[in-house]
Amino acid sequence: MKRFLIGALAVLALAASMPLIFHNEYFFFAGYVVLQFIVLATAWNILGGYAGYVNFGSGAFFAVGAYTAVALYKAFALPLGLQILAGAAASGLLGFGVGMLTLRLRGIFFSIATIAVAIVLETVVLNWHYVGGAKGLPIMRPVETPFFASHTVWLFFVMAALAVLAVGAARYIETSWIGRGLRAIRDNEVAAECSGVPTLKLKLGAATLSGALMGAAGAPYAQYLSFIEPASTFSLNYAVNALAMPIIGGMGHWIGPVIGAVLLGSVQQIVTVTISSEINVLVVGVMLVVFVVAAPEGILGLFRKLFPSRKS
Amino acid sequence: MPQVAHPAFLVMGAYATYVLAGYGVDPLLAGLLLMPVFFVFGLGVYQFYYSTFEGRGSDQGLRGIAFFFGVAFIVQVGLILVFGVDQQLVDASYIGTSVEFGEMRIPKRMLVAFGVALALTSALALYFSRTFTGRAIRAVAQDEGALRLMGADPVRIKRWAFGIATATCALAGALLIIVGPVDPNVDRLYIGRTFCVVVLGGLGSMSGTLVAGLILGIAESVVLTTAGTAWAPAVAFGILLVVLGVRPAGLFGR
Repeated sequence: MKRFLIGALAVLALAASMPLIFHNEYFFFAGYVVLQFIVLATAWNILGGYAGYVNFGSGAFFAVGAYTAVALYKAFALPLGLQILAGAAASGLLGFGVGMLTLRLRGIFFSIATIAVAIVLETVVLNWHYVGGAKGLPIMRPVETPFFASHTVWLFFVMAALAVLAVGAARYIETSWIGRGLRAIRDNEVAAECSGVPTLKLKLGAATLSGALMGAAGAPYAQYLSFIEPASTFSLNYAVNALAMPIIGGMGHWIGPVIGAVLLGSVQQIVTVTISSEINVLVVGVMLVVFVVAAPEGILGLFRKLFPSRKS
Repeated sequence: MPQVAHPAFLVMGAYATYVLAGYGVDPLLAGLLLMPVFFVFGLGVYQFYYSTFEGRGSDQGLRGIAFFFGVAFIVQVGLILVFGVDQQLVDASYIGTSVEFGEMRIPKRMLVAFGVALALTSALALYFSRTFTGRAIRAVAQDEGALRLMGADPVRIKRWAFGIATATCALAGALLIIVGPVDPNVDRLYIGRTFCVVVLGGLGSMSGTLVAGLILGIAESVVLTTAGTAWAPAVAFGILLVVLGVRPAGLFGR
């Protein structure tokens, strides 16, 4: 635990000192996206990787966070910290609600319900004119950001803090009795229930936390783009990425989603810039299928096969 | 089986019909011609799925879902790359004309699609209730082990079922593009409609599926005319969520 804390602080310090090394604004613009994917992938992994329940609607949780933040910003001009808290709370509530509805059923029903939630919410937001409806809504960035070179750098740092928080939460769950319970659910739910694991409670808790983290990742989104619009916020790309990254990185360990997010996130940034954004989407889909088929344990699994002596 | 790529196969069927129709083939005939092709394709997909996931037997649930989700995503993006995001449509003698019944005018394309869909569903219902293979398909859903004890091979039965389902997609896709224009993104809507109809009707019940299809169609039209087109996509998913929460077995489920 101590080593992890020191590591987390080191990562934060590194993120804060980035402006001294890089002066190009684009680095932070791209880095923000990668960090955002770390949060999303880690959040997905808490329910998907540990408990085995596949969430196809990550985009919806992300968007609920984003739109909660936008609505509150427009109404009360709340500061970013409170926006993130509110976005996390709203998405956590959504995760709890979807969990209540479907987590008693077989896993596939939960997956389908998350797609359903994504489409229903997208339709609602499309018809919600206060936050711009289908046209979208421009968001004014604050003019000054104390201590930071620019607003993008500040958002980059905020997202880095969120990523550290998310990974810390995932690591705590993994090493505690909660993680053991969730893994028992994944391996054999009936047996887990019979052995006294409070399966429904654990699943609901995981769904809530997972949703809340996705909402937190979405809350600064409108400020980052200075604009918000439903089609890109509810984009299927978030759902696919949030699921592909942990599967490609490796689902059993907290570092898996981080590896997947850094790798896929960077590859996508490069492909988008150099080739085209359509190809970039295709790359994710193909990589997902290839990894699921050829390396079901992800990059971590490959690593373990290469160095079998290393225990982790 | 976590087959979530089905709507993507449906859109693929629609696009294949579109391509054939470009050579002057009647879209309905094209759908029929595509059925055996899709059947073989379905057999192949299942065989691949079986040998990589079910055969290994390790944690197939999650990875199986992810696999089909990825396949659906690749199909969608592939179609966008090849055909673009624009809507495509086909032409035939019965498209664009209508039949009059006194005050009512019913477009012929709707009648054609309705008739073919009804015939196809009836044929499938007969197949599942009367033939040995059809009954075996329903049995494999209930208890694989018992089926194996009866001397039938569950893998062969499931492969056959997957082939039939995929072949149905070809004809359904042809109907889809006869009824209206199709673009690569519609599979996201159809994933909701498909599951809504299946869950509302009750898994495995053919008559329930017909009734649920009617209910969903009427509900969507009512919302379309009262609340406006913008709300229509939410109908199927709204019903689906309610059914999942209130009565997961569906209307006719056991």
